Amino acid sequence: MNIRNIGIILGRELRSYFSSLTVYVVILMFLLMTGYFFYNLLATFSVVSFQAQTDPMLARQYQLLNINETVIRPLFGSISIILLMMTPLLTMRLFAEEKKTGTIELLLTFPVNDVDVVLGKYLACLVVLLTMVALTATYPILLVILGDPEVVPIATGYLGLILIGAAAISLGIFTSSLTENQIVSASMSFGMLFFFWLISYSVPLVSAGLGQVLSYLSINEHIASLSKGVVDSEDIIYYLCFIVLFLFLTLRSLETKRWR
Amino acid sequence: MIEVENLTKDYGEFRAIDNISFTVEKGEILGFLGPNGAGKTTVMRILTCFFPPTEGKAVVAGFNCFEDSLNVRKRIGYLPQRVPLYEDMKVSDYLRFVAAIKGTPAKEVNRKAAKVMDDCGLGDVSGKLISTISGGYRQRVGIAQALVNDPEVLILDEPTVGLDPKQIKEIRNLIKDLAGKHTVILSTHILPEVSILCGRVIIINKGKLVAVDRPENLTSESSRRMFLRINGNAQMIERELAGISGIKEFETAQASGEANGYIVVFDDEKRGRPGIQSMIEKNNWELMEMRPLETSLEDIFIKLVTKEEA
Repeated sequence: MNIRNIGIILGRELRSYFSSLTVYVVILMFLLMTGYFFYNLLATFSVVSFQAQTDPMLARQYQLLNINETVIRPLFGSISIILLMMTPLLTMRLFAEEKKTGTIELLLTFPVNDVDVVLGKYLACLVVLLTMVALTATYPILLVILGDPEVVPIATGYLGLILIGAAAISLGIFTSSLTENQIVSASMSFGMLFFFWLISYSVPLVSAGLGQVLSYLSINEHIASLSKGVVDSEDIIYYLCFIVLFLFLTLRSLETKRWR
Repeated sequence: MIEVENLTKDYGEFRAIDNISFTVEKGEILGFLGPNGAGKTTVMRILTCFFPPTEGKAVVAGFNCFEDSLNVRKRIGYLPQRVPLYEDMKVSDYLRFVAAIKGTPAKEVNRKAAKVMDDCGLGDVSGKLISTISGGYRQRVGIAQALVNDPEVLILDEPTVGLDPKQIKEIRNLIKDLAGKHTVILSTHILPEVSILCGRVIIINKGKLVAVDRPENLTSESSRRMFLRINGNAQMIERELAGISGIKEFETAQASGEANGYIVVFDDEKRGRPGIQSMIEKNNWELMEMRPLETSLEDIFIKLVTKEEA
C-alpha cells in the first residue's frame, strides 16, 4: 500500500466525478427525495402536534410526540434506503468505464499496486457519498433550530448512514470490476443490495437459528439501533467486514482479469 | 535490455503466441511486424505486465515481468494500440497525473509534464480537454504519457495508425529522436515504417516468430521484382525475356496503352538488368516503363512462410 499513489488515484477520480454531470444529478435527486420525506414527516408531526393539544389520547397514541421517534428515526430509515438506491449510480463507472474505454490497460501498467487503485477509487466514491450525506444535515439542523430534539441519536444516525453507504459502495465497486458495461454493473449492485436489504423479511418464515443469521446479514438491520442512539460494536464490525470483504473480492476480480 | 524466452500465451483454447524468443539491446529500436491478429499486442501486453504469459519468461531491464512486475513497470513507457486516455481531463492535467503516478517527486511533476508537452509539440492544446483534440494530438498525448518519466524502455503499439501522412511523418521523427536514449519496441503492419525507423525487425505471423533480421535484408530479398512496359511484339518479347540470364521468371501483367506489361523476378539483378537493356536495344523496341515493385508485407510473409514450410 502506498499512500501517495492512493492519493493520486483519489484525486483523479474526484476530478472525474465532479467534472461530469452524473454526480450533480444524483445528488440533486437524492436531496429531492430525502427532502420530500423530511417535509412529509415534519408536516405530519406538526399537524398531529396541533391536534394533540386538544386530544390527550391522540398524544399518547402518537408515541408521546417525541420528535426523535416520529421524525428523525423514520427520516434516517428513508435516507438509508434512498442511499442504497443511488450508490450503484455512483459506483458503476469506477472500473466498467475504464474497461470499456481501454484506459484500464494503462492504469494497470503504471507502477501502482492494484490495492492502491482499488482504495483510491473507493475513497473517491466515499467522498461523494459523504458530500451527499452532509447535504442532508440541513434537515436535522432545521429541527434543532425549531425544536428540541436529542442530538446523540442524530449523530449516531449519521454514523449509520455513512456506514451503510460505505458498505454499498464497496459492493458497487466490486460489481463494476466484473464487467465493462456500466448498466450491468449498476443492475447487479441494485440486485445484491436489495437482497441484503430484504433478507430480513424471510426471518419469520424460517427457524429461529437461521432467522438470527438472516437478520444479522441484513444490511439495514444494523442501522436500527444506531438511529436510536445506541452504538453497538457488533453493528460497526458488520459494516467493516462487509466493506473489507467486497474490497477484497474487487482485488481478486482484478487479478483474475490478468490471468485470463 | 529485453529478453524474451519461449513465450507462449493461450486464451482458452486459442494460442495467441507460440514459443517466441528474442532479445533487444539497449538503445535499439526494434520493429515488430505482423498482420492483424498475429500476436503483436499480446507480446507487448506481457512485456508491460498487463498479464502474465502462459509459459516462458520475459525480462525487462533485468527484472522479470511476472515476479517483479512493479520494478518493470517503473522502467517502461507504454502506448497501447487505441491510445486509451481519460477523455474528461485536460491534456496538461492528464500528463501531470501520469507523471505523478509514475513516481515523479511532487516538486518535479509540473516541470516534467511541461517538458514532455514541449518535446511532443503539445503546447497549443495543453489546456484543452482530451475529448476535443484531433487524432494526431491524441497520439502525441499517448506518446507523451509514455515518455513522461524518461523510461528506459518504450513499448509503442502501432503508434502511427489512423494518422494523416503529415502527422505520421512527425510521429516518426519523434520516435527516431528517441533512439539511443531509450530502448524502443514498436509494432506495425506497415513495412516502410520499419525500414525508416528500426535497426532490427521481428516478423511474427499467427503467433509464431517467422524471421528476425535487419529491415534492408528483408526488403532486398524481394526487391528483385520489377515491372516492365515494352512497346513491341508480345511473343518475341516473351521469347527474349525467357532467354535473359539473371531472370528467374516473369509473368504478363496488365499495362495501360498498347504496350505489354511484365513482372520480372530476378535471381541476379546485376546480370538481369543489362540483359533487358541489350534486348531492348537489339530489337529496337521502346521501353516505356521500368520500375522496381514496392515490396508489400504480404510478399515478405509469403516468401518467409513458404520458405519455412519448404
